[in-house]
This record gives sequence, structure tokens and C-alpha cells, in this order.
Amino acid sequence: MLQSKSFVRKTKQGKVVKVVREHYLRDDIYCGAPICKVCDSSTARLSPSASTILILDTNVVLNQIDLLENPAIDDVVVLSVVLEEVKNKNIAVYNRLRTLCSNSTRKFFVFSNEYHKDTYVKQMAGESPNDRNDRAIRVATQWYQSHLGAAGRVLLITNDRENKRKATEEGISAETVESYVKALGQPGLLDLLVQPAPEDVGMEEVEDLRPSKRKVIYSEHKPMSEITSGLHRGIYHQGKLRVNRYNPFEAYVGSESIGDEIIIYGRGNMNRAFDGDVVAVELLPQDQWQEEKSLSIADEEDEEEEDVHLVPSSADDAPRNTDLAQGSVGGTKAVLCRPSGRVVGIIKRNWHSYCGSLEPMPMPAGNGGIAHALFVSKDRRIPKIRIQTRQLGNLLDKRIIVAVDSWDCLSRYPSGHYVRTIGEIGDRDTESEVVLIENDIDSRPFSSQVLACLPPLPWSVSSEDLANPCRLDLRHVCVFSVDPPGCKDIDDALHCTTLPNGNFEVGVHIADVTNFVHPGTPLDDEAAQRGTSVYLVERRIDMLPKPLTEDICSLRSDVERLAFSVIWEMTPQAEIISTKYTKSIIKSCAALSYIEAQARMDDSRLMDPLTMDLRNMNALAKVMRLRRIERGALTLASAEVKFQIDTETHDPLDIGMYQIREANQMVEEFMLAANVSVAEKILKHFPLCSLLRRHPSPTREMLEPLLRTAAAVGLNLDVSSSKALADSLDHAVGDDPYFNKLIRILATRCMTQAVYFCSGELSPPEFHHYGLAAPLYTHFTSPIRRYADVIVHRLLAASLGLYKLPTIFQDKAQLTSTADNLNYRHRNAQMAGRASVELHTLIYFRKRPTDTEARIVKIRSNGFIVFVPKYGIEGPVYLTPRGEKGGGEWVVDEQQQKVKKMDGSISYSVLQTVTIHMEVVEPQPNRPKLELALICR
Amino acid sequence: MEFVSPEGLRLDGRRPMEMRQIRGEIGAVAKADGSAFFEMGNTKVIAAVYGPREVENRSQQISDQALVRCEYTMANFSTGDRVRKPKGDRRSTEISLVIRQTMEACILTHLMPRSQIDIFVQVLQADGGTRSACINAATLALADAGIPMRDLVTSCSAGYLNSTPLLDLNYVEDSAGGPDVTVGILPKLDKVTLLQMDAKLPMDIFENVMQLAIEGCKAIANYIRELLLENTKQLEYRRGP
Repeated sequence: MLQSKSFVRKTKQGKVVKVVREHYLRDDIYCGAPICKVCDSSTARLSPSASTILILDTNVVLNQIDLLENPAIDDVVVLSVVLEEVKNKNIAVYNRLRTLCSNSTRKFFVFSNEYHKDTYVKQMAGESPNDRNDRAIRVATQWYQSHLGAAGRVLLITNDRENKRKATEEGISAETVESYVKALGQPGLLDLLVQPAPEDVGMEEVEDLRPSKRKVIYSEHKPMSEITSGLHRGIYHQGKLRVNRYNPFEAYVGSESIGDEIIIYGRGNMNRAFDGDVVAVELLPQDQWQEEKSLSIADEEDEEEEDVHLVPSSADDAPRNTDLAQGSVGGTKAVLCRPSGRVVGIIKRNWHSYCGSLEPMPMPAGNGGIAHALFVSKDRRIPKIRIQTRQLGNLLDKRIIVAVDSWDCLSRYPSGHYVRTIGEIGDRDTESEVVLIENDIDSRPFSSQVLACLPPLPWSVSSEDLANPCRLDLRHVCVFSVDPPGCKDIDDALHCTTLPNGNFEVGVHIADVTNFVHPGTPLDDEAAQRGTSVYLVERRIDMLPKPLTEDICSLRSDVERLAFSVIWEMTPQAEIISTKYTKSIIKSCAALSYIEAQARMDDSRLMDPLTMDLRNMNALAKVMRLRRIERGALTLASAEVKFQIDTETHDPLDIGMYQIREANQMVEEFMLAANVSVAEKILKHFPLCSLLRRHPSPTREMLEPLLRTAAAVGLNLDVSSSKALADSLDHAVGDDPYFNKLIRILATRCMTQAVYFCSGELSPPEFHHYGLAAPLYTHFTSPIRRYADVIVHRLLAASLGLYKLPTIFQDKAQLTSTADNLNYRHRNAQMAGRASVELHTLIYFRKRPTDTEARIVKIRSNGFIVFVPKYGIEGPVYLTPRGEKGGGEWVVDEQQQKVKKMDGSISYSVLQTVTIHMEVVEPQPNRPKLELALICR
Repeated sequence: MEFVSPEGLRLDGRRPMEMRQIRGEIGAVAKADGSAFFEMGNTKVIAAVYGPREVENRSQQISDQALVRCEYTMANFSTGDRVRKPKGDRRSTEISLVIRQTMEACILTHLMPRSQIDIFVQVLQADGGTRSACINAATLALADAGIPMRDLVTSCSAGYLNSTPLLDLNYVEDSAGGPDVTVGILPKLDKVTLLQMDAKLPMDIFENVMQLAIEGCKAIANYIRELLLENTKQLEYRRGP
């Protein structure tokens, strides 16, 4: 087994240090070709009928990964030296390559050439590591050639000229990717090819359509060594670049070295950096800070303004302090203190693939069908991308995915290549797909391994479950569920009975998902990866497969189901006397909708037990709610809307605000109480590895926009604590009924996002949940649609001694990374939901131009942002026609939050009601948007 | 970090259940009563045994058994870049103690009352698993010195990284911070004399990892036994008929 030859390898790490490692060479590494007579073919991956076996060079993998992912490329041998090099250069590509290698339908075989006794090469004196690796690739190719002999052709694919030349000299057949793909005779594949950099092909082949663009547009990036020393000496600042979601010509770099955000105006200063890139920034001289801004606006060639969008639900959606910088064009206020800078170098690229469409263009004549097209991303933070395509006619009306390859300082736009087509533009399914892709949501059907973990169907409660002493039989209790109408994944149910002593027994029963989803199974891994179900307007992307979501776990009425219950004994004053946690079996007697439950409670003639229970619960809930508000919980408002969808065409028929009833609040109250009780229990048992949810207090700066708006309308808000804020929100009563809700909506937007975290990572005071004014909180009540709840179920079961705690929870670091993933998924799901609502709003208004009332929420130099309460959308209204500059006709009063005409004849102030006209327009083709226009009264 | 590739190879090309190359040599220090040199891959240690001899410090003398002393040191050049440790630091003291206890368990100390046995082990080159290598070297040296023992003691470590039990961790794998189980056994008697673990492991996995380490110990024991047999044959040959 063990080869007795041991080698010594020397590498340099950081400081010049000699590292000596053993390197065992083996004789049990096989070639992976089933046709081979010598090797053990049990692990062979290549197809038995392979005519050609491809061996890839590192540069091919790094640049052409999109091509490799196409099923047309198969029977590939990936050398371990290539894997290692790719891993060091680009971890994202490495992961994609690893996925390919482990995909059983693709024939990619990893050959560990570095450990094979015949293919290991030692670095020769004077040979660079790169040359050594190239040689290793050639040696491995040669080994394959002689090993397989006449049985198969081995082809080395390399775009490195030198490597190709040497390979041919050594008698290896080698080709470039281009010639290989051309030989395959599939023109579609050619689009996937990354265009080679100029030095690889003759200069004359790279034809530029516009000779005027040959001039240098961006300054050269500084070399890495200079950046490192500059960062060291404090001349440059390092940080992640975030492009303003609403204005792609403005970006922020959060820099730790100066403890503030550096603003970067204009594409020139951004110097080819993309959103999410880690960049090095140089500060501009202070006198340019303000000047630079006005310059950049003049610079913008295709000015894009704010779009109509949904009201953000928290402050994290928009870059901080944006309005501080934006709202000041007219005023000469002291915003000078914002440092601005320019990007001098990019430390780490955040390039991936983007969804969008091609900019319309005429079909080019001749030219072998190759067309240069500009790709416009759906994400406005991404600049246009230049691509080459041979199927222009085909792609013009399609949503496509494009990947970025390079951005030369000579070209205005980055260049990229086509990856795949999603579907036709404007088609609802396509656009929904785009929403999912943009938010990194996996909507693929569950794999067969995952489905294999499901219990056999039809499932019913077995006698074993009934006999289980840990399971409390609650089938005799009148349990019911209250959910939105049409809800199929019912994960919570309630009961409330009167005890002989006058107290109440209140139970919250949660679907026992962990009884079916066992840790470490593919089902569990998949659910952990998805993190949450995603609710779009017209569809739901489940976290768990449908049989679990809609049947086995769902606490439907009149069937026996397994549950995890929290049962309290409460006094009529809703004081909790005792709490019991247990697994149980329940049989729900009614699955009510909120409307039904409300109607039952309101109908005084009904005296049946179920209605009585409902009323009792409602009374308790009211007391609990009052007490919670007393403690300082915020009642925040959201502008959630509800669509009525046509069952045939799936087009939206009507939009309305989501109505909140007492029944909603009642259920919410008990869910909150259950979550808090469970949080206390699990934290007591697992102080270091509980999964909790916290909501950090908003900082003063985050509340600043709210305070300014409030001050402008003469409202004094106390934000010193959540209690003070809640009280002052209660007292904020304006002259119209909607005023209070509007202020609450504005307040909600200043809040931070609540996040999951591992209790071992923070100290107890940080566990606080600001919005609920609870010292501890977690999620326990929706395990069907949230993975966090699944974890909490396992923690609770372990704390009751029912199961052993899965090992991953004993690891703080692992739990933290799980929590991070959940936060990311949760946020993406929210964003996708909002994008889906936006999409449907657009479809709705496409056929229905509407006049409606709106409220001004923000003042700008050339207009204002309005909020339309009826549809829950927000967007800009321009006072001056676009393109024309404000010209000083309108003046902004920062203090009063007013925009006035010069002569003082008309003025608009914040929170004022205006009537607007809403219509869908298409200023740029394929980018329809909702336009809001003021109707003068 | 990936310590086991999906192809099932470790960073140095071994498979998870494979040990590094081991090599032993008897008689490295002529002046000592018994001595040996032991190598596990790049970990190289030397052991010398003096005794049984008169107890140096009368107050330490034990009337019914022999006194076993052990000193573990690392040569200053053994780690190359890593910091130079002063003699008698905590780590060395702890390992000295561990080795002493392990060896004491197999030496038939009651046969040599009022005497003293000194075991010196020095690490010449460190690449993970020094403790195991020292115990193996000490066994060889004790055997060379002709000290009566119940059985050989052999030791080997095993760890758990990337959800895979790994035998005989080297320095890179050892410094990953994962669980690291060091086991010392009396192979013939099938008894454990040393069991140490860093970090935590669930019980069922721990049993697997420990079993793997025991397999490793047994393999080493076979090798050592062969080595001793070979050495004895040599001695016999040299003595003549």
C-alpha cells in the first residue's frame, strides 16, 4: 500500500521559511478509464466509448468554466496539479469545478498526478513553479497517452502558447480551446467561450468597432506591491465597494482605517470596480470633495434616476447616509465632511454571472454572424457588459445570463461572455426565474437522494408513536389552527381550556418536523442549505419537499399529527404559572382562516366550545399584548400588499393593503410567547450553543432621517429607548387617520434587521431583541418553512433529554456559520419576495394607468419621493423634466423639508398629500418601469 | 481547509488509514545501557536508557520497586522555525510524565527494588506525533537494555478531520486543531496504558478513532518485534557458536 519512496518538497510561506513535508508517491492511483486493462476500474468515471479524453490546462479551467459546465464537454481528466492551482487563484471556480467532478452525470475524473509515482515531477533548478506545473501537466498527458495506448486519444487543451509548443515537441496532441470547440461544430458553444486576452491572439483579430474608444478611459490599476505598501503607510484605504442601489454612479467604501465611509462618485473614480469588490481607495484632496460630486453628475452619459420600488422594510436595504449626500444639491449645507476618494486598485474581484438582456441593436451584416453586443444587467449597480455572440437574433428578446471576464482600461465597458438563456423578456415565468437567480435562491426540484429520506406515503401516526412514553396524547383536546386563507403548510396550532381552578391551560403545538428530518441526512443538508421557504406572489419555493410541507407535517384539521408542544398554565391575567414542553400527538378540530376566526369571535350568537376557546385566548392575548407594549415593544407598520391573482392566467387582478385583524394579533401573541419560553429553556441548557435571534438597537444616525422628517412636521420623537419611541409613536397623531401609520412605516425603515446568532458568540446584553423589547428571543414556531426553527426544535428536544444533541451544535464555529447562512437566505428570501411583488405591480399597472393619492416622504432638489399607501410602493416624482438640470428653479429647504419654487408660488413639504398618475413606461427598451407623475390641482 | 481530498488522499499523499513510514534502529548511544533511534516519517527521536543502577538520591529510593525516571527534550534544531523552548517547560514536563507513566506500567519494577532506571528521549526532528515516537523509541531502548518488561509498549496517534478518522497525524494535520487521540497499548496483553485526547469527540466517533489508533499501535508492535528479533539474531551471530 505505502510506496516507500519519500520526497521532500520545499515551499516558502510568508517569511522565508523552509517547510519540509513528506510526499508519498503511490502505485494505486488509477487512470479512470473503463477501457483500461491494467487499472482498477471500479472508480472509473470516464465513459467506456470515449473517443477523446481531454486534459485541461489551468488557464483553460480558470477562464472557461462556463464552457466546461456545458454538457457538450465531457470525458475530462482533471489533474490534481490543476485543481491546486485553480484553488489558489480563484476559489469560486474551484468550487464549481469540484461540483462538476462530483456530479455523477458528468464524466469528469480527478487524476491525482502529484501522488502518482510515474507522473510526479520535481522542480528543476531555475524552473519557475509555473513552468514546473506546466511540465507536470505535460508529463501526466504523456503518461495517459502511453498508458492507454491505441485505446483512446488523449488531447491536451491549453491556451498557453508556450505550453502548447512544448507539448507538440514532446509528441503530445494539444489544441487551444477555440479550435477544439470549433471542431465540435456546435455554434452555440462558441458563445460560451471567453474571448482571449489580446496578447494570446494577434492584435489584428481584436477588432474594435469604435476607434474613438481606443483611448485610455480608466487609469491603470496600481500593482499589488504598491497597494500593499500604500495600505501600510496609510495612503490607501482598503474596503468593500458597495454601489448605491439607486444610483450606480455613486459607491461607498466602508474603510476601517478612517472609520467612515468613503464616497466614490462617477465611473471614472470607481475605476472599473464592481459592487462587492475589495478595493484600495485613495482619498481625494479635501477641496475636491464637494466639487467632485457636481462634476460626476455632468459626466453621466446615460443618466439613470431612482426607480419606483417597494418600501424597504428596514434600513439595511439602502446604503447608509445616502440622503445626507443626495439631498444637498441645492443647499450649501455642510456635507463637506464626507470624504470622497477614487479607486486605485482592486484587491479582490467579486465577479460572478449576472441576469439581464441585450441592448437592442441592428443585426450586423456579414462578419460570420459574430456580433458585439452590449448586455444590460437587471441589477442596476452593474455596468453594461460587452459580449460577443453568434446568435444575436436569437438572444435579443431573451433574458440571458452573462459572466464577466475582464475589464481593460482601454474600454468603457467590461467584456464578458454569454452563459445561458433564461427565457423571453416580459414573460412572467422568466422574470420570476430572474428574481430567483438574482437572489441566489435554489428553485430546483429536490434530488432523489433527498426524496429518499421521506417516510413512505401515505403516512399516518403509527402505533409506535402512540406507545412512545415521551409523546403526550392530546388527541382529545380541542386544538385548532388559524392561518391565512389557503394556507397549506400549517405549522402551528393552539388550544385553550379552562382549568377547574379558574386558570387557563394554553397550548401552542408546532409541527414536529424533526421527527422526519434527521440530522446528517441529505434532506437535512438540503433544508439547511435552502434555509427558508420563499414566498413569491404566485408561487412558493419550499424548504422541505412537498409531501412533508403540505401533508405529513402540516397540522391539518381532522387528522392525527405529531407535534412539539409548549403548554402553559396561565391565570386570567395572563400570568404564566408553569410551562411544559413536550412532544405530542394532536388532532386538529378546525383549520380556520384569520377571517373565519375573527367572524366567530365577533358573532355573539355563537356559543360553541371552539368559539369560547377563541374568545378566551383573545382575552389573554390582549392582556399579553398590552403588557408587552408596556415593556416597550414597538408596534411597527409595514406596507405589505396583497394581490388577487387570476387563477387561469396568474395575472394580478387587484392589489390591496394587507389587512391585520385581531385574530392575527392573537396568534402572533402566542407564537411570540412560545418563542420566548423556548429561548429561555434552550439557553438555560445550552448557554454556549443555542441559536437565538436578536434585533440590535438602531443607532442615532439610522434614526436621523426619521427625526428630520418628524421635526419638519412639528413632531418631537423621543428615540432614547424603544419604550420612549413606542410612546412617542403612540402620541404622533396628525390631522388625518393615516398620519400615524405613515410615521410608523418611516420608523420601521430606520430599524436594523433582526439576525440569528449563536449564543456563545455574544454576551447576554447583546441578545436583546429591540423591536419586541425581549431580552431573549428565538424562532420555534415555523419549522416547516424556516430551518432556524428546526435547529431550535433539536436544541429543545435535547434539553428535554429526548434526543442527543447533534454534533454540529456542539461546535460554536459551525453553528455561527449556519446562522450566517440562515441570515443570508432569510434576507434573500425577503428581497425575492419584494422583487416578486414589484414585478407583479408592474404587470398590474401595465394595463391600468391609475390616478391615486400619495404622500411625500423625502424631498429632493428636483422633485420628491412619494409613497403610495394603497399599493405600498414608493417612487420619485420629478418637478423638472428629466435631462434638464434643476436650473435653480426649485429650492430645497433642508430645515423645513420643503421644496419651493423660486418665486414662492408653489411649495411641497414632507408628508403632504399629493395626487399622482401612475403608468408603465419603457424609456429604455426591455426595461419597463412604473412612472409617477404629479397631477396639478 | 481540506485535509482529505475527495479522491481520498491526504496532504502528503497518504490515505486516511495509512501510517507514515516507520524505521527503528537499536543501539544509537554506545555509552548507554540501551538505546534506540526511531523515525515516523519526518519525526525522528533518539532514546537512551541507563539502569537499573543505584538510586542517585537516597531519599527517592523505593524499597520494594525500581524508580523510573524520564526526561523528554526537544533539540533546539528539531523544529526549524518554531520558537526555541527553554528546558523544562510545561509541555516537556508533561510529556516526560506521560512517557514515564506509560513505561512504568510495563516495566516489572518489583524485580529491581531500590534501583533506578533513567529514560532519556530527545526529539531530533519534529513533525507531529513526537509523543508516540518517543514511547516507541523508549520501548526499543528498554528492550535493548535488557530491562524486564511485561510486554512491549507501542503508541500511535489518530485524529478526526473533515469527518474522517486519520491515522498518525503529521504536524500540519496536528496543528489543524481537531481532535487528536494518542493511544499506547501493550499489544500482547491487549491493554491500554496511555490514552490522551485534545479537543472533543462524540462517543461513537471516538471509539472509531481510538480503534484506528490501536490498529496503528499493533502495526508498530509487529515492526518492533521483528526489529528486536533481527537484533537478537545479530547478537547471537556475533557471539559465535
